[in-house]
Amino acid sequence: MNAVHLESVGVLGPGLPDWETTCRVLDGELLQGPEIRSDPDLPQLPPNERRRVPRLARWALAVAHEALAGSERAAGDIAMVFSSSSGDGEIVHRLCEAVTSPERDVSPTMFHNSVHNAAPGYWSISTGSRQRSVALCGYDASFAVGLLEAVGLVLSEQASVMLVACDLPFPAPLAALRDIEAPFAVALLLSPAPRGRALARWQVSLGAGPASARFPCMLPTALATNPAAQALPLLAASRGSVAQSVSLMYAGDRHMTVETCPCR
Amino acid sequence: MDLDGVTLDTWIGRVDGTEEQPLVPRLAEFDCRNNRLAQIGLQQDGFDAAVAQARAHYGPDRIAVLIGTSTSGMEHCERAYRQRDPRSGALPGWFTERYSMNLFSVADFVQRYLELGGPAAAISTACSSSAKVFASAARMIEAGYADAAVVGGVDSLCLTTLYGFDSLDLLSREPCRPCDAARDGISIGEAAGFALLERPGRAQNGVALVGYGESSDAFHMSSPDPSGDGAYAAMQFALQRAGVTPHEVHYVNMHGTGTPANDRIEDRAIFRLFGDSVPCSSTKGWTGHTLGAAGIVEAIICALCVETGLIPGTLNLDRVDPAFASRVAAAQETRDLRYVLSNSFGFGGSNCSLLVAKLA
Repeated sequence: MNAVHLESVGVLGPGLPDWETTCRVLDGELLQGPEIRSDPDLPQLPPNERRRVPRLARWALAVAHEALAGSERAAGDIAMVFSSSSGDGEIVHRLCEAVTSPERDVSPTMFHNSVHNAAPGYWSISTGSRQRSVALCGYDASFAVGLLEAVGLVLSEQASVMLVACDLPFPAPLAALRDIEAPFAVALLLSPAPRGRALARWQVSLGAGPASARFPCMLPTALATNPAAQALPLLAASRGSVAQSVSLMYAGDRHMTVETCPCR
Repeated sequence: MDLDGVTLDTWIGRVDGTEEQPLVPRLAEFDCRNNRLAQIGLQQDGFDAAVAQARAHYGPDRIAVLIGTSTSGMEHCERAYRQRDPRSGALPGWFTERYSMNLFSVADFVQRYLELGGPAAAISTACSSSAKVFASAARMIEAGYADAAVVGGVDSLCLTTLYGFDSLDLLSREPCRPCDAARDGISIGEAAGFALLERPGRAQNGVALVGYGESSDAFHMSSPDPSGDGAYAAMQFALQRAGVTPHEVHYVNMHGTGTPANDRIEDRAIFRLFGDSVPCSSTKGWTGHTLGAAGIVEAIICALCVETGLIPGTLNLDRVDPAFASRVAAAQETRDLRYVLSNSFGFGGSNCSLLVAKLA
């Protein structure tokens, strides 16, 4: 049986301040939650560490902490798969400005924060977890590419895995090249055998041809082009009381099918 | 150093002729230094032909493409920033994010070049990126999502990494000298490396990846943990997975960057696991530190080592750091090699060790 269990979720986006509110929006009980006015401040971290975490990692850590708190597991027992298409555009922009200026004055902190695995790095530093992690990218299909990596880890190593997907809009002038209108981050805690009650059971496969999933109409349309927010059609289907099949965009003009079953 | 407008007092490893070798016309939109380097790599040693054979055998959708890179087409992005419109600040029209700067660009290019359609990802964990691709490929095959995988690592010279490592005071002023008492930093190189991995069973001879181990330091973004616990754990996990004991390992290819901290801490972790009987060396004196490509470059070197029974020496090593406890191979040695281990460590405390063996 090649199924993985969804144990807990963390969400952060416009009108979607947490998983509980997102559930009410997905269930049609609420139009939208409160707007997000600033980057998450990570109360889980000691103040001196909190200041160092760059923006993309901040969003990633906020949702990972929400999913961790909603589970019965410890950070030290969970591997992390981090997926992002945009990376930290603010840092790329500032580095490009710095290296193309006459002074070429690069900030060492900004340089080490520019690595794609900054989020899992800060997660490991702030939780003390020595668990393995990986960071990857699949352009617009980054969410499904990350999900396949996470499912591979669960199935082949019987590991519990925190999948975190996060994409933020680019600053100017990069913004003109990439249509990511609104920020979004999601964390999914996946395991081979659930501890406590699982939210859903998923079976994942790849197929030929493009995806057919529609972006849920009750969600902010600004999120439709955010690669990380492609998790939302899957989460919407996983809320249902019956088994459903969701088709997600995958790399190379293919699609991923997730068969989701409620665990009630 | 010899790179457009760079004034740093350091040495680089640069692949000649990259500028003169355009991409195949059908993939011209992917043009940037990093993808040119990838294409040169794919055309070496009959690699593209070997993949074509595997494609006919397994089908294109059953072969994964997993490519490690730390900066992808960042060099292209820097070029675009030099040509911004002076009034509006806009980037020039020839620049796209998708086909150069985006990390997936290189994996997308490789997948299209080889006409494959299985699982695909760009893996980017700084200097362990193209070691991690082997672990990911093993999992894709084990979980049944692929029967084979093209793994690779591609990183090209750019201002961001040169000036970035300079800002951290990690660049050597001479060709890097791993494990030397007077080592003073890294020499940055560029490289593309690829390997075709297949499900166990079909291959009768050659070299096998028999174990991999991954861990995090949980210490600092750019300084390795002085305890070496993360490095030790990655090596131990690799041995554990293969059921191999430390005394069966005949050679360790170190991450061995040539920075004072990395080599000191790695020496300690190797000594803790292997004592002073297993020879270890760093090949970065020849290649420079090729960052996101270093993992696969050194995995390929390890595969050549078990095939030919060669323990490479450590280039530019005059005097082994007297504080080191493990057995550093200064000069080349030859002997029959059963298992060899390759270490890769990256920023963010991302550690990965690969265990390679000769198929009996």
